[in-house]
Amino acid sequence: MSHGTSDELQARVTGLLGGPNVMGNSPAFWAGLAVAVALLAALPVLFGYYAAEIGSVFLAYALLAMSLAFIWGYCGILSFGQVAFFGIGGYAFGIVAINVSTMGGLTLGLVTALVVSTLFAAMLGYFMFYGGVRDVYVTILTLVVALVLHTFMGQTAGGEWAVGDARLGGFNGMNGVPDLGIGVGLIGYEFGIAAHYYVTLGAVVATYLGLRVLLNSRFGYAIVATREDETRTEMFGYDTTFIKFAVFTIGGAIAGLSGVLFTTQNNYIDPSVFGITAAALPVVWASVGGRTSLLGTVGAALAIQFLDYRLAISGSEWALVVIGSLLVFVVLVIPEGIAPGLHDLVVSRRSRSTSAESPGSDGGANAEEVSD
Amino acid sequence: MAGVGLLNFGFEFLEIFAFIVLATVGLAVIFGMMGIINLAHGEFILVGAYATTFAFAAGLPLPLAMLTGVVLTAVFGLVLERLIIRHLYGRLLDSMVVTWGISLVMIQLVRIAFGNAAPGIGIPFGELPVVDGPAYYLVLGVLAVGVLGGLYALFMWTDFGVRARATMQDAETARSMGIDTDRMYMSTFAIGSALAGFTGALYAPVMTITPQYGTGFLVEAFVAVVVGGSSVIVGTLLASGFLGSVNAVFTNVTESTFIGLVAMLLAAIVTIRLMPDGITGFLETVRQRWGENR
Repeated sequence: MSHGTSDELQARVTGLLGGPNVMGNSPAFWAGLAVAVALLAALPVLFGYYAAEIGSVFLAYALLAMSLAFIWGYCGILSFGQVAFFGIGGYAFGIVAINVSTMGGLTLGLVTALVVSTLFAAMLGYFMFYGGVRDVYVTILTLVVALVLHTFMGQTAGGEWAVGDARLGGFNGMNGVPDLGIGVGLIGYEFGIAAHYYVTLGAVVATYLGLRVLLNSRFGYAIVATREDETRTEMFGYDTTFIKFAVFTIGGAIAGLSGVLFTTQNNYIDPSVFGITAAALPVVWASVGGRTSLLGTVGAALAIQFLDYRLAISGSEWALVVIGSLLVFVVLVIPEGIAPGLHDLVVSRRSRSTSAESPGSDGGANAEEVSD
Repeated sequence: MAGVGLLNFGFEFLEIFAFIVLATVGLAVIFGMMGIINLAHGEFILVGAYATTFAFAAGLPLPLAMLTGVVLTAVFGLVLERLIIRHLYGRLLDSMVVTWGISLVMIQLVRIAFGNAAPGIGIPFGELPVVDGPAYYLVLGVLAVGVLGGLYALFMWTDFGVRARATMQDAETARSMGIDTDRMYMSTFAIGSALAGFTGALYAPVMTITPQYGTGFLVEAFVAVVVGGSSVIVGTLLASGFLGSVNAVFTNVTESTFIGLVAMLLAAIVTIRLMPDGITGFLETVRQRWGENR
């Protein structure tokens, strides 16, 4: 392999992953990201199974966080109901996997959960965007959907609320959801704690890279254009209704996947995932971390959930007070969120000191957050 | 027998109608007049309910305890407006996110301060003859209509109402005409808070008070605001009437309050699909078209 082609390959990969629509395009950023992922990968080795168990849940949340950053930060659709797809994914997996108790059932459960949550997001998105529902009404409707699911699942305590062997269980939740696994018929592999952790980490990294590719494609430019000025984008001949519909659906699919990863880690899901507190969390992560930065949102999700966990095990009840105050404080002081705020700071400082150098790295800042 | 059935149905409608109107009205005033969506609306109601129940437990007569609830919620809203909300005028989405943060903090603070239960208040006025239910719901129905009428009079017929509407329509022009717009924002927010407190106070005897108490009002309130559309008071009235009758019919026929709720939400969804600007927005377009054709 000659030197020329490898340079060409590198240029093509960078062109695919990088661009003006996303933050972090410098070699320093990629090096920082690689270090952060390596540190996360070393977590179970360094701290053992228990850390992997907790870490899996945090990473599933990070995936949910990314789904909101993608639709809100890049397309301007503020959904307060990402947890609806999250919960539907979790419940759908549970129902299928409990009923089909073979290895094939696990694969079927995963596929069904993804299909159901994606279809649900597509239906809701179709109804809203093609129905002319806009801005703040989208936000309210998505929240109402989550709250209604909360009420609905909460009243399923009776024995008649069962799908085959899977009892929905009302506020007591659905117990005995199997681990994540893959297989056909009776043959397959069921992921243990460490394997589940690496699958979740892999899903987070793959989703991050995938969304970067999407956002830097032609479609990605149309997504960002829709956020910036919908009428003008429509004048240029883009179908902004379809763009919003598609973005919302993709966001729902990612949230559904995160719900499966969450439920299979806990082997349990209950209606509180649809509740108002749970619904607020993705919005907190995206607002604090910075919705226009996928990694910022991921970092905020990991950091805030870690803080929440530390406060909870120390017996403190103050976690929600701290998280809520943090949200209010960040939106009032740094409306765009921490990561874009830092990014702007770094860029403006660098352009002041060396005006010719090309700006655009927030690798240090993000890597620091991710390693939390 | 049919007469009793009809009376029962009417009573059920009144109960649901009153609940939707009272759950919505504070939120609708703040949203319609100021463009702030207050996601802490449920917790404003919570403040009213807690203040009422503790004032009552301290020995105040119920009407005075309710008044305490209303006043305290108004003061609370005023403080919050000065500290936080006033930075968010014109930032609709940010206002939702920030008030949600406030809601999280308040629910948890209430839980830390008062635990998961509060002292109860018995339902006043006793049972109704013939119809199956407490007389208190009739009072709530009358009050719901009274509140809407009072608000209409306040905003349409008084000097304050004109100033407030002028401020909301065009703050700069209003200021140049000598209106203290800052004070108008403050007082409108206080009125919205007081209304939320009033709702909390009125429902304190009926519903068990827990830190999640306010969340129980949210779905109805948001759905009614969206279905009602831009014209606040008429919108609330029409949306509550429409949603309330759907809910009452289905609850009555299937004898399940849950199916009534689901039917109401489906009706709301269909309405929004057909009229994205709500009932009043739709009526406005119809009226304009009708005017053009003449």
